[in-house]
Amino acid sequence: MGYTLAFEAISPIANTQVATGSFAYLWLLIALPLIGALVLLLGGSRTNSFGPLLAVLMPATSFGFAVYLWLQMLGLPKELRSQNLVLFEWINIGSFQVPFGFQLDPLSMSFVLLITGVGSLIHIYSLGYMDHDPGKRRFFGYLNLFVAAMLLLVLADNYLLLYVGWEGVGLASYLLIGYYQHKPSAAAAAKKAFVVNRVGDVGLSLAIMLMFVAFHTVTFAGISEKAEQGSATVLFLIGIFLLIGAAGKSAQVPLQSWLLDAMEGPTPVSALIHAATMVTAGVYLIVRSNSIYDLSVAAQNAVILVGAVTLLAGAAIGMAKDDIKKALAASTMSQIGYMVLAAGLGPIGYVYAIMHLLTHGFFKAGMFLGAGSVMHAMNDEVDMRKYGALRGIMMITFGTFFVGYLAILGVPPFAGFYSKDLIIEAAFDRSIIAGVATLLGAGITAFYMSRLILMTFFSNKRWEDDAHPHESGLTMTIPMVVLAIGSVSSGFLLTYNDALKSWLAPVTGYQTPEPPIAIPVLIAITLATVLLGVLVAVKLYLKEAARVAPTDVSIFTKAARKDLYGDAINEAVFMRGGQQVVNATTAVDNSVVEGSVNFIGRITLGLSSLVRATQTGYTRNYALAMLIGVALLLLLAAIVRL
Amino acid sequence: MDVTNYVILAAILFSIGAVGVLVRRNAIVMFMSIELMLNAANLAFVAFAQANGTFDGQVVAFFVMVVAAAEVVIGLAIIMAIFRTRKTASIDEANLLRA
Amino acid sequence: MSITFAICATLSVTGALGMLLSKRAVHSALFVALTMINLAVLYLQLSAPFLGMVQIIVYTGAVMMLFLFVLMIVGVDSSDSLTETLKGQRVTAIAVAVALGLLLTTSIGSAVIATDTQLDTVLAGGNVQAIANLMFSKYVLALEVTAALLVTAAVGAMVLAHRERITPKLSQREQQKARFADYALTGKHPGPLPSSGVYARHNAVDTPALLPDGSVSTISVPAPLQARGSVRDINEEDAQQIVDLTQGNTVIEGGQDGRN
Repeated sequence: MGYTLAFEAISPIANTQVATGSFAYLWLLIALPLIGALVLLLGGSRTNSFGPLLAVLMPATSFGFAVYLWLQMLGLPKELRSQNLVLFEWINIGSFQVPFGFQLDPLSMSFVLLITGVGSLIHIYSLGYMDHDPGKRRFFGYLNLFVAAMLLLVLADNYLLLYVGWEGVGLASYLLIGYYQHKPSAAAAAKKAFVVNRVGDVGLSLAIMLMFVAFHTVTFAGISEKAEQGSATVLFLIGIFLLIGAAGKSAQVPLQSWLLDAMEGPTPVSALIHAATMVTAGVYLIVRSNSIYDLSVAAQNAVILVGAVTLLAGAAIGMAKDDIKKALAASTMSQIGYMVLAAGLGPIGYVYAIMHLLTHGFFKAGMFLGAGSVMHAMNDEVDMRKYGALRGIMMITFGTFFVGYLAILGVPPFAGFYSKDLIIEAAFDRSIIAGVATLLGAGITAFYMSRLILMTFFSNKRWEDDAHPHESGLTMTIPMVVLAIGSVSSGFLLTYNDALKSWLAPVTGYQTPEPPIAIPVLIAITLATVLLGVLVAVKLYLKEAARVAPTDVSIFTKAARKDLYGDAINEAVFMRGGQQVVNATTAVDNSVVEGSVNFIGRITLGLSSLVRATQTGYTRNYALAMLIGVALLLLLAAIVRL
Repeated sequence: MDVTNYVILAAILFSIGAVGVLVRRNAIVMFMSIELMLNAANLAFVAFAQANGTFDGQVVAFFVMVVAAAEVVIGLAIIMAIFRTRKTASIDEANLLRA
Repeated sequence: MSITFAICATLSVTGALGMLLSKRAVHSALFVALTMINLAVLYLQLSAPFLGMVQIIVYTGAVMMLFLFVLMIVGVDSSDSLTETLKGQRVTAIAVAVALGLLLTTSIGSAVIATDTQLDTVLAGGNVQAIANLMFSKYVLALEVTAALLVTAAVGAMVLAHRERITPKLSQREQQKARFADYALTGKHPGPLPSSGVYARHNAVDTPALLPDGSVSTISVPAPLQARGSVRDINEEDAQQIVDLTQGNTVIEGGQDGRN
C-alpha cells in the first residue's frame, strides 16, 4: 500500500519567508468574511434583502482566493512555503514585542481550505435551512464573524493573536448556540459553553504568559527557535496549559460537558462549528505547538491520556443517545479524541491527526447536514426513536449520510479508513494501551453509528402523526453531495503519493510509525472489530426499535445517557465546592475583615461619643476650657521654676 | 513707688475679666469683660515699662489698644448680625457647634 | 504705695466687680468706663501721659460709647438674667479664675522685679516723642501691619453690618395702602400713636397720656420704657380732674399738681 512506504524521519524546517506577491494580500482571507459580518450586524434590517447572499459570497470568495494561494504555494519549493506577513507592530513594550502578523504555511493552508471550503458549503446549505427564519440576517452575520475569527486563529503567527481568534470563535460559538433566543435551554447551553470555554482559555493564557516569562517571545517562530533552552518543567507546564486550552475548545475530558448541550444551536452551526472547524482548534493548537511537545514526553503522555479517555467516553455516550444531534456530537467528541491522541504521539502522529481532522471535517459535516435535513423533514424532531424507514423517502439525504457512515467506520476506500487506521497504527507504535483504546473506540463507533443509521433510515416507522417527511431542496442537498464526495475521495487523495505527508512534514516533522504488530494484520483486526460492532447493531435495531427508550437498562447505559455524569461531577465538585469556598471566604470576610473594620469603627464611635460630651456647643464652655488650660500652664511654669 | 502693686492689680482685674467672660451670657457684656482683660494686660505692660526704664512697654500697650479697637469693631458687628437673625444677644443661643 | 494708687486701684476693682455683677448691660458698660478712667489715671502715675490720654479718648470716649450705641440698637431689655444655666459653669469659672489670680500674684510676688527706675522723659525729649521715636523706628513694621488691620476691620465691620435689601423700597403711597389694608383686616389704627402726656411739670416720654375717662393710654409710652417698668405713675386727682372736665363738672381750683 502506498502509505506504508518507509519514510525516514523528517525534521520541521524553521524557515519563514516574508510574504511577497499575492501572499502579501493574505489578510484578505480574514477581511472578506469580517466585512460581511460588519455589514450584516451593523447594517441592521436594511441589509435583510441582500444580507444572506452577501454572507455566502464572502467566505466563497475567501475560498477562491485560498485555492489560488494554495496553488501558488504548491509551486514553491518546500523550504519557502512558510509565508509570514506582518501588518504592523501590535504590542511594543520594552523587550516584549508582538507583531500583528500572519503566517501561511502548509499547516494553516490546510485549515484555511477546510474552513473556507466547508464553511462556504454550509453557508449555502443555511440559505435553505434558515429560509423561513425571521432572524437569518443575524444568523449569517454571526456565521461570517465565526469564519473570520477562525481564519484569524489559524493564520496568526503568534500565540497572542491566535488567542484573539480563539476568543473570537468562542464568542461566535456562544452567539450561535444561543441563536434561538426564545429557548431557555439554548440560552443555558450558550452560557455553559461560554463558561467551560473560559476554563480552557485560562489554561491557554497561562501557557502564553509562561512562554513570555521563559522565552520572552510568543511568536511560533521564536518559540520553536528557543524551545530547546527551556527546562523540562517549563516545557511540561506549557504543554499542560496548552492541553487545558485545547481541551476546553475541543470538548476533551474533563472540559467536554458543553459540546452535547451546544447542539441547541441551529444544525448548520453544529455542522460547521461543533463538528468540522472550531472544535478542532485544540488539535491545531497542539500540532502548532509541536516544538514544545516534541521536547516533553510527559506532556505528550498527558495529551495521549486525554485523547484516549475522551474517545472512549464520547463513544460510550454516543451509544446511549436517542437525540440524533447529540449522538453525532458524542461521536465528534470521540473522533476529536482520536485526533488529540494522534497529536500527542509526536512526529509519528501529527500528520495523521491533521489528516483525520480534514476527513472528519468532510464526513461529520456531511452527516450533520444530513441530520439537519432529516430534522427539517420531520418537523424539527430530533429523537431518533420517532424516525425510522426514511431511506426510501429521502434518497439523497440517505445516500450522503450512508457515505459519511462508511467513512467514519473506516471502511475502505472511504476517507476514515485512511486516517483512522493510520492513527491506530501510530498508537500501537507508542503503546499497546493507547492502541487498544483506539481499536476499542473503532468498534464502539461502528456500533453506535450503525444504531443511528438503522434507527433513522431503516427499521420500522415510528413517526409522529403529523410528520410528512420529504426530501430537502437543492441548496441543502448540493452541499451534502459535495461533502459526500469529499468523504469518499479525501482519504485517498490525501494519501495518494503521500500528498499530505510531504505537504505537512516541513511544518510538523514526520516519522514513520513501526507498530509491533504487522500492519496488514492490524488492518484486519480493525476491520473485524468494526464488523463486530455493525453486526451487534444490525441484530438489535434492523427490524424494529422501541418508540420509547427502555427504562430497565444497566447502570452503564444510564450513566451514558447522562453523559457519564459529567454535569453531575462538575456540579458536585466545582459548583458545590466553589460555593463552599465562596461561603468560607464570605464568612472570613464578614468576621475577620469586616469584623476588624467594624471593631475600629466601634472604638472610634465609642471614643467620639465620650469626646462628644465635651462638645456642648456653648462658647462659654470652650472659653472655660481655655482658661483651665492657661491656669494649668501657669501652674506648670510655677512648679518648674520652684 | 512699687511696680509690683500695679502688676498685682492687673492680675486681679484680669481674673475678674475672665470670670466675666465665663459667667455672663450677654455677648456685649462678655466683650466688655474681654476689654477689661486687655486693659489689665496693658496696665502690666506700662508698669513693666516703668520698671525697666524703657518705652517699649508703652508702645506695645498702644498697639494692644489699636488691636482692641479693631476687635471691638468686628466683634460688635458680628453681634449685630447675630442679633438680626436670632433676635437675641445671648451667647448660649449660638450653639450650633453642639455635637 | 501712693494715695493715688490706693484710690484708683480701689475704684477700678469696684468698677470691674460692678461690671461683673450688675444685671443690666448698660450699667456694666458704665462700670467698665469707670475702671478705664481710673486706669488712665494710673497710666499717668506710671509716667505714661500719652497712653493715659489715649486711654480716655480711645477707650472711654470711643470704644465704650460704641458699646453703648450697640446696646441701644440691640435693645435694652431685661432678659439678661444672672441665673446660671450651664451646670457647674459658674462655680468652676470662679474657682479657676481665683486660682489663676493667685498663681499670677504669687508668681509676681516671688519674681524679682527691677527697682523702680524713673523713665528719663527729659532725655528723650518728652513722652510722646519717646514713643514716636520707637514706633517709627523699631516698631515701624508693626505699625504698618496695624494700619492694614484697621482698614480691614473697618471694611469687615461694614460687610458684617450691611443688610441687603431684598424687597423694593416702599413708597409713601404704598405704605398708606398697606396701613389701611391692615386697618381693614385687623382694625389697627392707621394714624400715629398718641403722644405722651403733657403736663405743666411733666412732659417727658415716660409720662402716659390720659384718656377722657381718666384712664391711662398704654400705647402713649414707648415699649422699651414699659418693658423696663419705668412708666411714671399718674396722680389720681389729676385723672379725676380730667374726668370732671370732660363731663362738664365743676373743676376744683388749685389741684394737687406736682405730687407725682
